[in-house]
Amino acid sequence: MELYRSHVLICGGTGCTSSGSDLVEERFYEEIKKNGLEKEVKVIRTGCFGLCEVGPVVVVYPEGSFYAHVKPEDAKTITEEHLLKGRIVRDLLYYESLEEASDQVKSINEVDFYQKQMRVALRNCGVIDPENIEEYIAMDGYAALGKVLTEMSPADVINNIKQSGLRGRGGGGFPTGVKWSFAAGAKNDQKYMICNADEGDPGAFMDRSVLEGDPHAIIEAMAIAGYAIGASQGFVYIRAEYPIAVQRLEIAIAQAKENGLLGKDIFGTGFDFDLEIRLGAGAFVCGEETALLQSIEGYRGMPRPKPPFPANKGLWQKPTIINNVETLANIPQIILKGAEWFSSIGTEKSKGTKVFALGGKINNTGLIEIPMGTTLREVIYEIGGGIPNGKKFKAVQTGGPSGGCITYEHLDQPIDYDNLIALGSMMGSGGMIVMDEDNCMVDIARFFLDFTVDESCGKCTPCREGTKRMLEMLEKITSGRGEEGDIEKLEKLAYTIKDSALCGLGQTAPNPVISTIRYFRDEYEAHINDKKCPAGVCKNLLTYYITDDCIGCTKCARNCPVDCISGEVKKLHVIDTEKCIKCGACMEACPVNAIVKK
Amino acid sequence: MKTLAELAKIRDEAKGKIDLRGKKGTRIVVGMATCGIAAGARPVLLSLVEEVKKRNLNDVEVVQTGCIGVCRLEPIVEIYEENGEKVTYVEMTPEKARKVIADHIVNGKVVSEYTIGANA
Repeated sequence: MELYRSHVLICGGTGCTSSGSDLVEERFYEEIKKNGLEKEVKVIRTGCFGLCEVGPVVVVYPEGSFYAHVKPEDAKTITEEHLLKGRIVRDLLYYESLEEASDQVKSINEVDFYQKQMRVALRNCGVIDPENIEEYIAMDGYAALGKVLTEMSPADVINNIKQSGLRGRGGGGFPTGVKWSFAAGAKNDQKYMICNADEGDPGAFMDRSVLEGDPHAIIEAMAIAGYAIGASQGFVYIRAEYPIAVQRLEIAIAQAKENGLLGKDIFGTGFDFDLEIRLGAGAFVCGEETALLQSIEGYRGMPRPKPPFPANKGLWQKPTIINNVETLANIPQIILKGAEWFSSIGTEKSKGTKVFALGGKINNTGLIEIPMGTTLREVIYEIGGGIPNGKKFKAVQTGGPSGGCITYEHLDQPIDYDNLIALGSMMGSGGMIVMDEDNCMVDIARFFLDFTVDESCGKCTPCREGTKRMLEMLEKITSGRGEEGDIEKLEKLAYTIKDSALCGLGQTAPNPVISTIRYFRDEYEAHINDKKCPAGVCKNLLTYYITDDCIGCTKCARNCPVDCISGEVKKLHVIDTEKCIKCGACMEACPVNAIVKK
Repeated sequence: MKTLAELAKIRDEAKGKIDLRGKKGTRIVVGMATCGIAAGARPVLLSLVEEVKKRNLNDVEVVQTGCIGVCRLEPIVEIYEENGEKVTYVEMTPEKARKVIADHIVNGKVVSEYTIGANA
């Protein structure tokens, strides 16, 4: 590695890559070469920076200049101005990093989006080159593994994790140290350590980003866990839909093996640990741990009843621990900085930080990490930058298809495992979908049910048949055929499924319905009794009409695909509601917003 | 890798190379506007970077800036100490730059004959 005076960090996360960051990288190499700066300026492809909304993201150090929406052609400008002459290209900076009053340029770490965050699991994402083991080591990487192997007994490690209060980040929230102690206590000649990277919630991409940005942290944590429970073999179960994460992980595993950090006799302590990748085909249910085990063994991914728990009888009937990616990302930090440091962050029963994928109706779509106990208001308005277009906040959905909604009244509630459950939602893996006044809550429930019906493995009847019937009822309501008593039927079925389904997927599948009925019963009633969709989403319940604001420009009539709008030039137009297919083309075409739907 | 000492060695070596991202310390600023470049600021900048690397000065960063305004005295190199104090060197050459690193940065002795006060 050479010493360079300037580092150009280009985001290589999935978000930025899909908006063209690889082309940006290519152009930077060309421009830097053209200007003869190869020996002074280094280009590094990192993991996700988190602010995916403004991608492709490029950060130039030592200044920490945060360039947003960088296009390939901008590489020329940044190279010639910033890298060659040291003049930061203000026009290309992230809007918030330019202080208007003083015209000062803020570094990436000073903008609001990052100020409120606390990055533990994401600490290296967007900071190091994930494909370079030396950079990970420079950030104290593998020091935790060294410490564990040379100074601590397996029991010490487990106690340490127990004391830290770390709970599983995949959704369940089970104390990680306690889980480890079950497998450590099980007597067997072979045990397994598994990383669950089968991230399936719609809109969630925390685990993918950790693996893309800091794969070595997962390898190190798995080796530590292997030592603690007595496992010499690990597997990372990851979906094939995450090609960049798989590739970086493969590179990282190869580097770790090359450096003797995986394999036989690590650090000369006699501890052996090997790691392999297992690709999943992307079935949601395979994130459930017993289904995941089936899938690794080569069978169809279907859950089985618990007990026996995997910690006693897991992979090939051997004691197995399955931890989520984000859970593992915390482990090396806890070992190095101590259980007390970790347990000082967060709330009484939820320690540490949590990564959330912010999506939906929010300005700063992206990935954030906050201490447990941060309020939703801080997340949405301070880090997330609020709701676009001045719309009114309605609810936030957490926990994906297994979770529920949290409404305006609860914006000031601190986010932690127990509080979210009390509010009828759950932490889940960390998807956070923000909804505004234009979202219909019945339709949201229908969307999630549609997902679970699709993903139900079909093994147990409550989930296979029950979710299907619920979806039918929701479709009936959103299409305007709802009858009195439907809400009660939905509720009854929801609780039956909750009580009788085999695995977590089925037991939590009714949550979106239960929670939307709990907080937005009036919307359900409006659909059923008044045949109206208050948010204006459900097509069958809408009527488009033209108000007196019409200037008679004929644009709507020309854009209507079914020719149902009539009227003379410069006179009020009329929609034939019988023929109207409610496509909304006229509304988009109208220059004076004279068309409304109700 | 068989020992913790080996790990520590890799860490220390690699650390210096990524310290650039988020360190505080002495800043060496080179004027690199058109005037600076025309007067020969690039070789000065390169020799500064080389010297910093050779001496393993992890808490020193070399950055460029635009035109400071006294173009006739370019190449200009300014050194900002952590405490906010600033020394401005003018009409720099690669040789002078190396001396500034050795005397000023390493030994804390300002090379007064190169400063703007002595040459203006």
